Amino acid sequence: MASGRFHSWGLNPKSNGKPLRLSSRFEPLDLPDNGLVLPFGNGRSYGDSCLNNDGYLLDTHSLDHFIAFDQDTGILRVEAGVLLADILHLVVPRGWFLPVTPGTRFVTIAGAVANDVHGKNHHQAGTFGCHVTALELLRSDGQRLHCSPDENPEWFAATIGGLGLTGLITWVELQLKPVMNPYLQEETLRFSCLDEFFELNKASEESYEHTVAWVDCMARGSALGRGAFYRANHHGSSAPAHRPAAPRQMLGLPFVPPVSLVNRASLRLFNEIYYRKQPLRRSRTVHYQSFFYPLDSIQHWNRMYGPRGFVQYQCVVPEASGNEVFREILAAISASRQGSFMAVLKVFGAKQSPGLMSFPMPGVTLALDFPNAPATTELLERLDELTRAANGVVYPAKDSRMSAESFQRYFPQWQDFSQFIDPRFSSGFWRRVTGESAP
Amino acid sequence: MKVLIIGATSAIAESTARIYAARGDRFFLVARNTLKLEALALDLQVRGASWVGSMVMDACDTDRHQDMLSAAIDGLDGLDLVLIAHGTLPDQDVVQKDYPATLQVLEDNFLSVVSMLTGIANVCEQQGHGTIAVISSVAGDRGRQSNYVYGTAKGGLSVFLQGLRNRLAHAGVNVLTIKPGFVSTPMTAHLNGSGPLWAEPDDIAAGIVKAVEKNRNVVYLPAFWQLIMTVICAVPESIFKRLKL
Repeated sequence: MASGRFHSWGLNPKSNGKPLRLSSRFEPLDLPDNGLVLPFGNGRSYGDSCLNNDGYLLDTHSLDHFIAFDQDTGILRVEAGVLLADILHLVVPRGWFLPVTPGTRFVTIAGAVANDVHGKNHHQAGTFGCHVTALELLRSDGQRLHCSPDENPEWFAATIGGLGLTGLITWVELQLKPVMNPYLQEETLRFSCLDEFFELNKASEESYEHTVAWVDCMARGSALGRGAFYRANHHGSSAPAHRPAAPRQMLGLPFVPPVSLVNRASLRLFNEIYYRKQPLRRSRTVHYQSFFYPLDSIQHWNRMYGPRGFVQYQCVVPEASGNEVFREILAAISASRQGSFMAVLKVFGAKQSPGLMSFPMPGVTLALDFPNAPATTELLERLDELTRAANGVVYPAKDSRMSAESFQRYFPQWQDFSQFIDPRFSSGFWRRVTGESAP
Repeated sequence: MKVLIIGATSAIAESTARIYAARGDRFFLVARNTLKLEALALDLQVRGASWVGSMVMDACDTDRHQDMLSAAIDGLDGLDLVLIAHGTLPDQDVVQKDYPATLQVLEDNFLSVVSMLTGIANVCEQQGHGTIAVISSVAGDRGRQSNYVYGTAKGGLSVFLQGLRNRLAHAGVNVLTIKPGFVSTPMTAHLNGSGPLWAEPDDIAAGIVKAVEKNRNVVYLPAFWQLIMTVICAVPESIFKRLKL
């Protein structure tokens, strides 16, 4: 199998984990006598939570079978390596949709569980894990644990958001959500400052399933916190008047350019143009792929940052302190002049995930990406300080640099979680944030 | 369509079956591994197959070929397409020192297929329609030191298919020879191949479905292999024998 597939989406850090094939979901794990293993899905987490330096990667590529689908109830059971894209392809024409989806459909279902991913509807639907009805966990000692909210509930909780460390998820059962068609009715509203964003959000949370905002993080002074707010619901009509096509797959980046295409000039230009391009107010019908997965149509967009790759940063802070903290965070980013290509702002809701190590909590979340450069490291340390001070949390799935100290502060439950980790399983991320070394 | 697939759990066969399943076709699947076969049967049903039957059988178990074919035709209630996709890729270093191992390669990749095709050809000829699609390989186009035992099996198979095509053309039955290049599958995993010459099973599957629809005779997948093999076959033997290919 092409070894070029085994890197994370940030192309950073580099890793040398050796792939191990899985023959079928029924076979016990065939592990080498020594060394640590980690399941590897489609490599769409950004940092080192999907990597295992000096160890092995259990390639779940071959676990790509559908197992059962009840078209009446919307209960779907699939193997670990099935992509959300494959699920949508099958279920949308039959009137069902993912209950929660992240910003790319090219993640495996087990990856979505292991990172307990969230989407634009968190304020109403919670995380992906809230909709998992059951899963099977295969441990290195050969034990198979059927896990659900009622059966082995402690293993269920540890595995949702468990970063693939509790064993190999062989299959997942999910409750889908009914839809009338593949379209959403989307409204775009431009805002000129953070206060306006919070007002818009408040006014939209109840009547819109999906809410999210883009922020111009190159803007300074009076323009600080300007951006565009998007809110949408699945189209309720069985025969929408307007039926836009799915976005076409663009060519994308066929290779990694020798230097990053993202720099201060291109960022400022992009953010300025992007802001001006946003209508003051617009309502339209859009295809679900355009709404949920705008970047999926540009293949290998992660390559635009050049060979050094890039760093993602996503934090959440409790809403009480949200407004003030975000003003400081945006000011720090703007002052550092590092800038982010895509800065995404969203208010999480109160729905609790079953996951023990789940990232989302009620509050405001901001996601950013930066070129992998020394100045970025400094800026992110500063953002960590602000997040810690506000009792916030940083998202492990997107991290490649947080300190052990920060992690243990964000996730004080990490020691409880440790007892569920399979003794043969580990990851680069886990060793980094717990100070363990690979044997 | 009523589809019989031998070696159904091979990566290329699985990908191909999924395309047909989405169209609501009927399947009879034959493979060696019970559990993998069960996983595939359920998968095709969820994806839209209107009926899926299966049989666990080692392709080299020629005594069972006739029973398998009867069971398939009974279950499918006819036969429109046969895809033969089983095969093994040996380690040339091992087989060139060991005749029993060489014979096994010929049985896996050539003789077992010939046995199946004997029965299948007669059925298709009699019913006067259908497509027989068989996965051969670019390796069968010219013998090379790095894999000539496998190449011999596939080369023999390609010639057999040529003759069969000629015979069955008169009965309105199409015989399709599929010649994939390097494909990332469990069979080739030990080669650790990557780069522009390597294709994914899904790409090969799409090519197979298209070739079946167009009643093609021989298809190289991906298509650029036709050019590569034309060049390789054009090199004079006196030069070719000195190359390390």
